[in-house]
Amino acid sequence: MITLDSKIPEGPLEQKWKRYKANAKLVSPANKKKLDIIVVGTGISGAPAASALGELGYNVKVFCYQDTPRRAHSVAAQGGINAAKNYKNDGDSVYHLFYDIIKGGDFRAREANVYRIAEVSNQIIDHFTAIGVPFAREYGGSLTTRSFGGVQVSRTFYSRGQTGQQVLLGAYSSLVRQIKEGTVTMYPRREMLDLVVINGKARGIVVRNLITGKIERHSAHAVVLATGGYGTIYYLSTLAVNSNASAAWNAYKRGAAFANPSFVQIHPSSVPQMNEFQSKLTLMSESLRNDGRVWVPKAKGDTRPPNDIPEEDRDYYLERRYPTFGNLVPRDVASRAAKERCDAGYGVGPTGLAVNLDFRDAIKKQGKKAIEEKYGNLFEMYKDITGIDSYTEPMRIYPAGHYTMGGLWVNYDLMTTVPGLFAVGESNFSDHGANRLGASSLMQGAGDGYFILPYTISNYLASEIKTPRINTDTIEFQEAEARSAEKIKRLLSIKGKQTATTFHKKLGKIMWDHCGMTRNEKGLTEAIGLIRELREEFWKDLNVPGRADELNQELEKAGRVADFLELGELMITDALNRRESCGAHFREESQTPDHEALRNDDEYAYVAVWEYNGDQPPILHKEELKFEFVELKQRSYK
Amino acid sequence: MKFKLKIWKQRDAHSRGSFVTYDLDGVAPEMSFIEMLTYLNETLIGKGDEPVTFEHDCHEGICGSCGMYINGYPHGPVKGLTTCLLSMRYFKDGETIVIEPWRAKPFPVIKDLMVDRTSFDKIQQAGGFISISVGAAPEANAIPVRKHSSDLAFDASVCIGCGACVAACKNASAMLFVSAKISQYALLPQGRPEGKDRVRAMIAEMDKQGFGSCSNTGACEAQCPKQIKLFNIARLNREYFKAY
Ligand SMILES: Cc1cc2nc3c(=O)[nH]c(=O)nc-3n(C[C@H](O)[C@H](O)[C@H](O)COP(=O)(O)OP(=O)(O)OC[C@H]3O[C@@H](n4cnc5c(N)ncnc54)[C@H](O)[C@@H]3O)c2cc1C
Ligand code: FES
Repeated sequence: MITLDSKIPEGPLEQKWKRYKANAKLVSPANKKKLDIIVVGTGISGAPAASALGELGYNVKVFCYQDTPRRAHSVAAQGGINAAKNYKNDGDSVYHLFYDIIKGGDFRAREANVYRIAEVSNQIIDHFTAIGVPFAREYGGSLTTRSFGGVQVSRTFYSRGQTGQQVLLGAYSSLVRQIKEGTVTMYPRREMLDLVVINGKARGIVVRNLITGKIERHSAHAVVLATGGYGTIYYLSTLAVNSNASAAWNAYKRGAAFANPSFVQIHPSSVPQMNEFQSKLTLMSESLRNDGRVWVPKAKGDTRPPNDIPEEDRDYYLERRYPTFGNLVPRDVASRAAKERCDAGYGVGPTGLAVNLDFRDAIKKQGKKAIEEKYGNLFEMYKDITGIDSYTEPMRIYPAGHYTMGGLWVNYDLMTTVPGLFAVGESNFSDHGANRLGASSLMQGAGDGYFILPYTISNYLASEIKTPRINTDTIEFQEAEARSAEKIKRLLSIKGKQTATTFHKKLGKIMWDHCGMTRNEKGLTEAIGLIRELREEFWKDLNVPGRADELNQELEKAGRVADFLELGELMITDALNRRESCGAHFREESQTPDHEALRNDDEYAYVAVWEYNGDQPPILHKEELKFEFVELKQRSYK
Repeated sequence: MKFKLKIWKQRDAHSRGSFVTYDLDGVAPEMSFIEMLTYLNETLIGKGDEPVTFEHDCHEGICGSCGMYINGYPHGPVKGLTTCLLSMRYFKDGETIVIEPWRAKPFPVIKDLMVDRTSFDKIQQAGGFISISVGAAPEANAIPVRKHSSDLAFDASVCIGCGACVAACKNASAMLFVSAKISQYALLPQGRPEGKDRVRAMIAEMDKQGFGSCSNTGACEAQCPKQIKLFNIARLNREYFKAY
């Protein structure tokens, strides 16, 4: 049985990280060379982690399933990255950023971790700027910022609507520099299938070479997972389609506990689904809500073209319900409000499952050029997909699965419950509680990778300097390889009728209907049965063509779906367990009279941490959340 | 909609490939080209046939995974779109569509429409970075940058590394790709200290990887889904001459 020790340093909030760093153990340059670290993932957490560890002189091996690290899903992040620079002199500070994240997460995150990420946020902007990331600037030459949801200051740094691309390419440039230096070895087109644990410590991974199909063993003194989120469990989501949970899920099965798996953010603005063939929901960045106004017609079934609907017949429902934050309420609130209007029959577009995001007033006031400058690429993308020109007609948007606050449980060191296994970026649960504020994931990933992990992993490795290189011929490696090979063999031998994609779609529908934007006891209970049936059907009727020892994209998909089918059940179990609403987790049974999330702090102010237990139901552990520095309040954006 | 698809099939880098023709019915005009191919694969698997191998991930035109010749054009006939954003409404019902992998020596075919683009990583590795380690950066606003230069640097840095420029070029030159990176750093004060070494190293690596030279035809600019401009190549040449 695992025991949870969050290892939060003593002392006042502002002193914790400073004290940690002052007391952390160090590793000498000569010893660093002898220590191997595996980093799985090259997104905005993995690429920074790998390059920073390489710069320190560790021997780093990096893995990703794309052909090159530069294509990690982070490349698609749009709106921006937060920092508490206070360049706008609007009263921002590290404390405000910390407080906004804690409140935005509906008081379900750990104070010490959140304060630390806010503390390193400014260094991230300094570093990215120094390595040539072209953030937007003022005419005077200084950096500029914009506002994001859930906050009242302007602290989001951005590069038009493609900030993720710019920061990821920056991180990639540092990574290739270390590859050239020889401190980092890159293994692209590899999919991690299993974690290898030897004498209780993470010592390596087993991967499939996606070109040859060969299963490879790689060892290290410590393993870092930077493998991203699992929002693609819904099939339709805003994530890159190959994003998956397999690395984290198999680590869970080897003993790394999973925290708050049901905490999933449904983003309020994506291009609505248009047909059943659709493979992806394209995000329209939250930054658009800086200038776009959200509305639906006041009358049900008003089918007039949006521009023909006069002001008095429009319901700007976010401004109406939340006058203080208006269109910039947090995502969970905006998503539920859109669902509420559509369910009540006020939705727009052919399916009625959409609301308008209108730039008419902003264009009138600021001119088309100013709007183009801020969001040009988003308007173009919207037009490419829908054929609609949003400079003259409102965009239609609808919520979509977007980000997973849940993930591998980590302590203050970012270490999971398996010693020597670390998790950074979206793959851990650490900073966003029950709802993430916009532009704080890039911040968290880069902060974890550049400024936090290098200290905490060194602190761990300091006691490993006497451990020689890990041999990959051990029984543990053999077993891990055999397990992976067996699973592949099983997938290929079913020879049923339905493709992996068919099963993925079915799973997505179960999850969206029952464990999506709102949840209730009955639906969740039903979903457990549905998912078990689907899993049974999968292992009886799956059709994977081709062989194991060759490039086989269907096999890759099938393996991911197999893991999703298990993770889905854990998400539902977690959602059932938490009989309160908080942030994005909205239990219909627990709401205020005006339909806001109603927390139950007496019973649920904890992180739900699930331990794998073989064929038996998972074991629930609770990390009590102690709020020493902020007062627990009912969240209000009114 | 209904299409006749002539698709290049090739087992691996060492085998000879050939076109295979597929008839596909039931395509919706809103499908993206990638969704259409996925749909084709679903039908092929259903019939017990081998699916077509091709790459895609973000479906938003930003990761650079997708890319293929469509009727002879990299990413298809519509300007400024990646394959994943190209919707089927741009094609005529009943049309024959010819689909091939990038054809360029430095991008060997791995299977069907999938090619190996690691030569791009090698070029970037040669010098496409600023050598500042974590912890060494000055305060961000300590380096003022003229907005105009910063905007131009951004315009160059939007390259997604898809390889369409190389595929479009009759010489298989990577000049547009290299010039985008060089321009980004040349336009920013942060990039200046290493400017000369960078341009020499990246050009040398580009040659070593077997990319051809630039004859200023401009096909790369015309086919670039991110509309990276040719004047970046002029800037690259300037930087290169200055470096010797
Ligand atoms: C459309 C969109 C827009 C967004 N916009 C913003 C924004 O403006 N601001 C913001 O802060 N956040 C934004 N986010 C969220 C943010 O982009 C992500 O949370 C973040 O990029 C995740 O980074 P990561 O490093 O954790 O993982 P990822 O970038 O997802 O990278 C995962 C890496 O792990 C590798 N990997 C995964 N599994 C395996 C395996 N089994 N074997 C080998 N390798 C594996 C992958 O190859 C990849 O390299 C957005 C998200 C989306 C979907
Ligand atoms: S799939 Fe990412 S650019 Fe096309």
